[in-house]
Amino acid sequence: MSPETPVLSVEHLSVRYRRGRRISNALDDVSFEVQPGETVGLVGESGSGKSTAAKAILGLVPVYAGFIYFFGTDIAHLPFKERRKTYRQMQIVFQDPYSSMNPTRTIGNTLSEPLEAFGERDHKARRDRVYEMLERVHLPPSAANRYPWQFSGGQRQRIAIARALMLSPRLLILDEAVSSLDLSVQAQVLNLLQELQEASALSYVFISHDLGVVRHICDRVVVLYRGRVMESGPALFVSGRNSAHPYTYTLNEAVPVPDPDAQQARRSVARSVTSPPSDTTKIGDEQCVFAPRCPWNQPRCWRERPLLRPAYPNGVVACHRYPEWQSEIARPEPLDAHVLPAPKRR
Amino acid sequence: MSVLTDQIVIGPASHSHQSVRLLLRNPVAIAAITFLGIVTLVCIGAPVTAPFDPLHQDLERVLSGPTAHNLLGTDTLGRDVLSRLIYGGRRSLLSVLEGVVVVTALGVPMGLAAGYTGGWVDRVVGKFAETIMAVPALIIVLVVLAVLPQNEDAAMISFGLLGIPAILRVVRSATLRVREDLYVAAARVSGLNHVQIVKRHIFPHVWGPVIVQASLFAAYALLFETGIAYLGLTADPSTPTWGGMVAEASTVIQRQAWLLVPSGTLIAVTILAFGLLGDAIRDAVVIGEGGLARRAPTSVVTKPDRAGDIAEPLNGRSGLVLRVRDLWVSTTSSAAETPIVDRVGFDVYAGETLGIIGESGCGKSVTALAVLRLLPQGLGVTGGQVYWQGDDLLSMTERLFDELRGSSVAYVSQEPQSSLDPAFTVGSQLVELIRHHQRVSRRKAWSSAIALLRQVELQNPDQVARTYAHELSGGMAQRVAIAFALVGRPKLLIADEPTTALDVTVQAEILGLLRRLQRETGMALILITHNWGVIADICDRAVVMYAGQIVEKSGIREMFHKPLHPYTLGLLKSHPSLAEPRSRLSSIPGSVPSPGSWPPACRFSPRCRFVADECLKGPIPLIDVEPGHSSRCIRVDQIFAKASA
Amino acid sequence: MLRIVGNRLLLSVPLLLVVSTLTFLLEALIPGDVARTIVGPQGTQEQYLQLKHSLGLDQPLFTRYQQWLENVIHGDFGNSLFNHEPVTMLLNVRLSVTLSLVIGATLLAAIVGVLLGIAGALRADIAGTAVDALSMVGLAIPNFFLGLLLIALFAVAIPLFPATGYVPFDASPLDWARSLVLPVVVLATPGIAVVAKQTRDSMRAVLERPFIRTLRAAGLPRRSIIFKHALRSAAAPVVTVLGLIFVASLGGTVVVESVFAMPGLGGLAVQATTQHDLPLIQGVAVYFTALVVVVNLLIDLAYGWLDPRVRVE
Repeated sequence: MSPETPVLSVEHLSVRYRRGRRISNALDDVSFEVQPGETVGLVGESGSGKSTAAKAILGLVPVYAGFIYFFGTDIAHLPFKERRKTYRQMQIVFQDPYSSMNPTRTIGNTLSEPLEAFGERDHKARRDRVYEMLERVHLPPSAANRYPWQFSGGQRQRIAIARALMLSPRLLILDEAVSSLDLSVQAQVLNLLQELQEASALSYVFISHDLGVVRHICDRVVVLYRGRVMESGPALFVSGRNSAHPYTYTLNEAVPVPDPDAQQARRSVARSVTSPPSDTTKIGDEQCVFAPRCPWNQPRCWRERPLLRPAYPNGVVACHRYPEWQSEIARPEPLDAHVLPAPKRR
Repeated sequence: MSVLTDQIVIGPASHSHQSVRLLLRNPVAIAAITFLGIVTLVCIGAPVTAPFDPLHQDLERVLSGPTAHNLLGTDTLGRDVLSRLIYGGRRSLLSVLEGVVVVTALGVPMGLAAGYTGGWVDRVVGKFAETIMAVPALIIVLVVLAVLPQNEDAAMISFGLLGIPAILRVVRSATLRVREDLYVAAARVSGLNHVQIVKRHIFPHVWGPVIVQASLFAAYALLFETGIAYLGLTADPSTPTWGGMVAEASTVIQRQAWLLVPSGTLIAVTILAFGLLGDAIRDAVVIGEGGLARRAPTSVVTKPDRAGDIAEPLNGRSGLVLRVRDLWVSTTSSAAETPIVDRVGFDVYAGETLGIIGESGCGKSVTALAVLRLLPQGLGVTGGQVYWQGDDLLSMTERLFDELRGSSVAYVSQEPQSSLDPAFTVGSQLVELIRHHQRVSRRKAWSSAIALLRQVELQNPDQVARTYAHELSGGMAQRVAIAFALVGRPKLLIADEPTTALDVTVQAEILGLLRRLQRETGMALILITHNWGVIADICDRAVVMYAGQIVEKSGIREMFHKPLHPYTLGLLKSHPSLAEPRSRLSSIPGSVPSPGSWPPACRFSPRCRFVADECLKGPIPLIDVEPGHSSRCIRVDQIFAKASA
Repeated sequence: MLRIVGNRLLLSVPLLLVVSTLTFLLEALIPGDVARTIVGPQGTQEQYLQLKHSLGLDQPLFTRYQQWLENVIHGDFGNSLFNHEPVTMLLNVRLSVTLSLVIGATLLAAIVGVLLGIAGALRADIAGTAVDALSMVGLAIPNFFLGLLLIALFAVAIPLFPATGYVPFDASPLDWARSLVLPVVVLATPGIAVVAKQTRDSMRAVLERPFIRTLRAAGLPRRSIIFKHALRSAAAPVVTVLGLIFVASLGGTVVVESVFAMPGLGGLAVQATTQHDLPLIQGVAVYFTALVVVVNLLIDLAYGWLDPRVRVE
């Protein structure tokens, strides 16, 4: 698209971890890009690997295979000393506003930590920058002398955002940053994020399980399931009725919308997906990872892993049966009748 | 997070100034510190403070009790007991110091290394600790004393070495706990290196437990030192030691029983002082956590003493299952009762679903627990009535209410896995419940259990019945929890955020399950949530709560299409699903007030864009605007005259 | 289950080895000359050298170690330096005495401690403070002092129990029990304190957990919730503590057997120390360690039974 170097380009990223004797793929061949000033959403349920992606990008977990290009340079395998330099440009805001700040240090102290770490010795310069950041997140300067427990969850998240911006990074990773906030507070923080992005051309990687929020704030969305990319494309497509992947469709349909009539209408299009298999089910490398739950699965899906291929403009999907499966969406059925998926034959 | 965390501010856990201040407010701690201080000073200044030479024998005053001449009496050779205690104290305290220094100087770094580095370092240190713990310390010290006779320093140093595992374990777990905290990861990303992180973030959380352990270890060290002195292993009989003096006293127990008292009591009290000091420090350092749980539990229900509306007696009018009137719930642990929920009232009819929606801190979960009489320590019902088929649940005896629970009113909570007993299989717990509600044989109960599991749409119910809670996924565990709730064939099910902790696809299934069960059994459902989509999906009527009050009550379609309270309106407008993508969300300024700092009059007024003078005059009543739709806003007519969907 | 047992046994062999080696090395590495100590300042150089040779101390360290290890593997701990009888024989005779004491103390601590702890958890105000106070005193009072007090009260002032001495079980079961009462109580006192506190803390913590609320909401009677469900989940840390109490009691026998003049391993250890009788002391150390290993094994098994999560692993 744009000839500019993407801020972040993740290519074929794989992360493995071992639990006792078992090795599992937290991330398996994941690729996506973030352009300057863009917000890319990583969406998935538990076990999808989205948080692992954040940690891998930041170097908090080791990379098994693949590349992470940051402004064109591969940072995936750098030693900590080199990695550390990237922290000036890349920062993170965590989900939990309660444990992401040391309760025994003042806000001012916590905020100036990144400055100190990178060698800013001038006390006054640090102070000034702290006040500047507090103002940008709409908090009073007096906050600098208080402790985390004196602030509400929403305020703490704003402080966390301020901390992330201290070094003027180009990329901010938001790992479920608004998921634990109440609705009204969430709106405030989302607005703040948009405001900050417009002011300084920040790029965001927005990790969330909340499709409504993702649809609202992201330009592009990457859908993850059990460590693999199912679909990736512009937000409006991915979160709309014409999503390309059965999993995305299932997700979209499952999210209840705040509209009783719409919900009622949806319920009449009963779509039953089988319960997720428990963690111990081995998913082979040579199959579609969603097959066990997919209502439109066919034998091929169990034998061959689907690769990402173009779907709609600027979108890719990893599904053998796209776009045929879309024509098999059942008509409205009696309320809550359960149709257990069986392999359909053409 | 407990129900209370968001509402009642709890101080920081380990802030050092705070801890010291708390410590100094504890009378036990002060007494212990003072006592130990006096003993230490007196013993150190022995040449000055002791009235006699400890070795000086006065054979005319053998075995005397306390006299003016010898305040604590004399021993078998006429030596002054008090002086000998003072000189003996020097040796004992020095020994204690040796032990404590060795154990902390070695144990703390090892614990830090093991906890922070993990991996092989942790394993090696762990094996080392395990080996040491396998042998009773006393025996090893005896071996040392066999080779280096009467060398108390060697004995105490060995004792210190053998005490490392205890302190190591404490330091290691404190380190581990902090290492997992997000702010350590944040510090890494801020650019700090390992040493800086340990210094800034780990150590402040570690020194508290270390001091506690050091104090407790001092108690053990003294216990130990006096023990080996008693056995005569550390000094010749003429040198004064506290333990040795007890040994000497034991030989003349018949002639002069008093001799046992000064030495024995001094030892016991000093050990006690160290121990109490350790406990007091521990309390001061961790007072942040569970502070509210410390008080003695008051009874869950206090007699309702605030008469609300006179409730109309129910005459079994068909359909009405639950009627809540004027419910108040407050904190009961501090001197001043702080209301958490006030004037809450609603009705629930058979077969319908009532949603209670609000943000955190509004009191919705507390309301549910109050109805079930399952409020946690520190909270109690302080007013109101809860009518169940004519009877007020709140004034029933505990025994009568126990029978209702589970059989008429059931409950499903938020975290499915932690709401099941981890020590028993799912099936055995179900069987226990079934047999409690009906007199059936074990076999029959088991097949009922399987049937229940099938009813909640679990595939392979036989298999599931044999599993433990931790082996189930979130969705399966929640289905099991629902099965539990159904055992007594309840007429009302209260579900508190039943899908919040579940994946969104599983959530849809659980909601579908609940709907289906309702249709099949005709039971009523109260669903508590913060999620507007869930309310829209499953509820017939809804109640919005804010700052402990109900602010709006209506049927579900009216709630969404015609909200009649500024708060409800504001919330709906700030919902991303109802807004234009990429637009600025309309947001309510400010934040929710916590209990204890609720604004007088309208609690939403500081944040309301329609606020006027009349809103600040006095408490706002719940107004019936239309049949079945009420709002706690006195300007509702003006604001919503041109109400649009 | 079997894996746990096998695992633990496998780990114990090196453990025993390490401990016995440690005691051996301690003697060798600690600055100090045993032969010199035994011979004393009055001894002649000749006596010293003779003793050194007879103890084998003039040989290189490694040879001594090899020899010693070989003997130990065959169960031969050498002879007592004092009365030249085989160490193992001396130890076995006294094993039953110490075992009676320690097992008795652990059982007493378990039963009384758990009951007190449950009471403390349920009635937090009165019983709770009582538990706290008792714990403090129980832990602070030195065992020798307590022993002497009990003797003064219940053996001298009111002659209920014998002040000293041990009566073997076969001689008279009743007298055997009577001779054990006071020393077991003394040994158990700190154990009761610790168990009571741990039980109370555990129970309190478990009673706050969500699953208790679910069970209450489901209508189960209070009694079965407390004694069946809560206790089961609270038991694991208590069991661990009991293991530690066993180990501590073993150490405690050193003093308690001296106070009550009981012919057990502890008293023997003290004797051996004053007489610098190294083989004997080493023997006691190894015996004690073996006992601890057995107890740890039992605890592992109990753990597995209590907590299903451990079993899967």
